[in-house]
Amino acid sequence: MSSSRFRFPRVTMPDAARALRQEVREFLAAERASGGFVPMADCWASGFSAEFSRKLGQRGWLGMTWPRQYGGHERSFLERYVVTEEMLAAGAPVMAHWIADRQSGTQMLRHASAEVKNRALPRMAAGQTFCAIGMSEPNTGSDLASVRTRADKVAGGWKVNGRKIWSTGAHGEGCDYMISLVRTAPADEKARHQGLSQLIIDLKAPGVTVRGIEDIGGQVHFNETLFEDVFVPESHLLGKEGHGWSLVVGELALERSGPERFLSSFIALREAMQVLAANPDDRTREVLGHLVARIKTLRRMSLGIAGLLQEGKSPETEAALVKDMATRFERELIEQLRVVLPEAVLLSSSGVLPRLMREAILRVPSSTLRGGTNEVLKGMIVRQLGLR
Amino acid sequence: MSETDSHTLDTVILDTATRLFADLSTSETINAAEKGEWPSALWQAIEASGLHLTWVPEECGGAGAGMLDGFAVLKAAGAAALPVPLAETLLAGWLLAQAGLEVPEGPLTIARGEHRITNGAVTGVALAVPHARSARQIVALARDGARVLVVAVPASACVLTPDRNLAGEPWDSVDFNGAMATLSAAAPAGLDADSLDAMGALVRVNQAAGALGTALELAIQYAGEREQFGRPIGKFQAIQHMIADLAGEAAAVNAAADAAAEAVAATGTVDADAWVEIATAKVRLGQAASVGPAIAHQVHGAMGFTYEHRLHHFTRRAWAWRDEFGNETVWARRLGDAVLGWGADQLWHRITAVTDK
Ligand SMILES: Cc1cc2nc3c(=O)[nH]c(=O)nc-3n(C[C@H](O)[C@H](O)[C@H](O)COP(=O)(O)OP(=O)(O)OC[C@H]3O[C@@H](n4cnc5c(N)ncnc54)[C@H](O)[C@@H]3O)c2cc1C
Repeated sequence: MSSSRFRFPRVTMPDAARALRQEVREFLAAERASGGFVPMADCWASGFSAEFSRKLGQRGWLGMTWPRQYGGHERSFLERYVVTEEMLAAGAPVMAHWIADRQSGTQMLRHASAEVKNRALPRMAAGQTFCAIGMSEPNTGSDLASVRTRADKVAGGWKVNGRKIWSTGAHGEGCDYMISLVRTAPADEKARHQGLSQLIIDLKAPGVTVRGIEDIGGQVHFNETLFEDVFVPESHLLGKEGHGWSLVVGELALERSGPERFLSSFIALREAMQVLAANPDDRTREVLGHLVARIKTLRRMSLGIAGLLQEGKSPETEAALVKDMATRFERELIEQLRVVLPEAVLLSSSGVLPRLMREAILRVPSSTLRGGTNEVLKGMIVRQLGLR
Repeated sequence: MSETDSHTLDTVILDTATRLFADLSTSETINAAEKGEWPSALWQAIEASGLHLTWVPEECGGAGAGMLDGFAVLKAAGAAALPVPLAETLLAGWLLAQAGLEVPEGPLTIARGEHRITNGAVTGVALAVPHARSARQIVALARDGARVLVVAVPASACVLTPDRNLAGEPWDSVDFNGAMATLSAAAPAGLDADSLDAMGALVRVNQAAGALGTALELAIQYAGEREQFGRPIGKFQAIQHMIADLAGEAAAVNAAADAAAEAVAATGTVDADAWVEIATAKVRLGQAASVGPAIAHQVHGAMGFTYEHRLHHFTRRAWAWRDEFGNETVWARRLGDAVLGWGADQLWHRITAVTDK
């Protein structure tokens, strides 16, 4: 019998990555000390700072794996992993560039025209241009192939009509592009995955209206984006027309494979330790031991995915498995901290830790939804196991 | 330097073990062993292959294979619900070799704790010594004044009170009762009852990772075969999602087991870094061995609750092993203590240090 279905190879950081970690830590410590940022829970989805993103761009910490030709830095996946995990662990405001750096830029690098790559990628790597994800629609959630946004062929490109929803950060300053999954041919119930294409839509183009939507914490985090006769030039097609499904599957793999799926609320644990260290009872010790054991194991698995990517594999199912487990853990983390923290922390709204706890509790329902729900991820896992 | 070095595992050793276990650790053999019948053909084949000496260096009469090979063999042993003390013999061999002692013949086992030795006579009582009645020698730590020794005592010279664990494996209490040690030598610095417990815990984590892997395979197979409402139950999403969770738990334990095994293999001993990895793995096992078997049984329905079906070979062992050498509560408190010792500022540094050596 096979002893394990999924492989998460051991990763040891190369010298360059270790040196880089030191640099990033020094930068973050200096930024935090000088008030450059205050740590936030779920910082990659709620800590918007265009200025901070530009600073990272100046240091070469965005678009790290992309070719120099497009403003990238030709560094390894593991070096990029180090930068992202350090940002998350510090609760740094990395939302502005997160999507461009994690998926949209790489997706363009792989599939966009030379013109788009030359124009957009260097600005993204500099932290001057950001991106949004245009997958979901009012009637399309988990069943992504059901998108209805239409792109009709016109001279020199397409005319797009439809509506995207829940697009994180589309309203943000500097958010210029949305990679959108659209129908370029009518839906055929027997071949649902055909007739789809990915288009890069310029959010400043005529006919585009972006409307912010408040989340349960009252933050305008995501958006509804209306397309009314929006002209999209041919050069903004990704890959080939009609190949949108396989492209979006590749994009989702980029979206799912990173450490943000288990480190969103790590900063709350770090800050909570200051308080918990004062008077730890057995229950507190036990909770800390459990949480650290979970985090260490998830990091091992998450890094294993980075290792597989570095080996040139496409660990989509592994990423789904880790995201499912990791996002459930994020909920447990905050719930377990809650039950050992002193009442004074939970009943207060002032101070770093009380704020982090509230932010984390209010953000946590999104963990198991965004990027594909856990139910959808489990579907991917069992397909690999041969049950679907 | 390296990025994603897959372990330097000797696949020949693992392949030999896997084949041998598949041939000889059959359901009948496992059930007979539970009824008290010593599986001599299985043990003889193991001795003939030298698998039991995996952790013994050549100068102590061993095979001189790597630590990682031994952990891989343990996973395979767990995956086959091996009803003989191979794990215990490996652990005892490792302990003897730490003290430079030559490893004696026959199946061995380990008694936890710290016992006493005076003029060669060992005293002390150990509970739940796995396979003590089948072992030729019982290996333990014993204190002589300020010195800690590794000792081996013939099982036949001890007073055994038979008992069994949840999996029906022999789990006897041992009273050394002044029996003379046949081997003894000073334990190296740093080797104490705690580090022996840690090593024992890691042995159990690896076996349990294997057992949970097999429970997963059985669940997948059964879900594909058993039909209700006109289709295989594996077509029902409720079943699929349970199995996805089981796969996740098995993968997590495997990952934690590997991380700890690699940390031990780095030095051949349980240093402070390896201890943290072991604590992590044993805590993680606690969760997986609760969630995982529950799912496997749910998927199998009443059939999986029968003695006849072999699922219990794996679920009962996982349940027994999660409690041995310290359960998740014990280890989580210890790990929590260590984490508090690091302090908030070092927490993240310690977590990342694992990959940054
Ligand atoms: C904070 C946040 C940010 C987001 N950002 C973006 C973004 O930037 N861009 C973007 O395009 N989208 C974004 N999303 C949308 C996200 O991808 C969707 O929420 C997700 O794919 C689920 O779609 P839905 O919300 O329509 O739920 P539905 O698909 O309607 O699902 C509702 C419930 O039913 C379950 N369900 C649905 N189908 C099945 C099935 N076949 N089997 C079992 N259960 C099923 C789901 O798992 C879920 O529990 C974001 C969402 C959140 C919460």
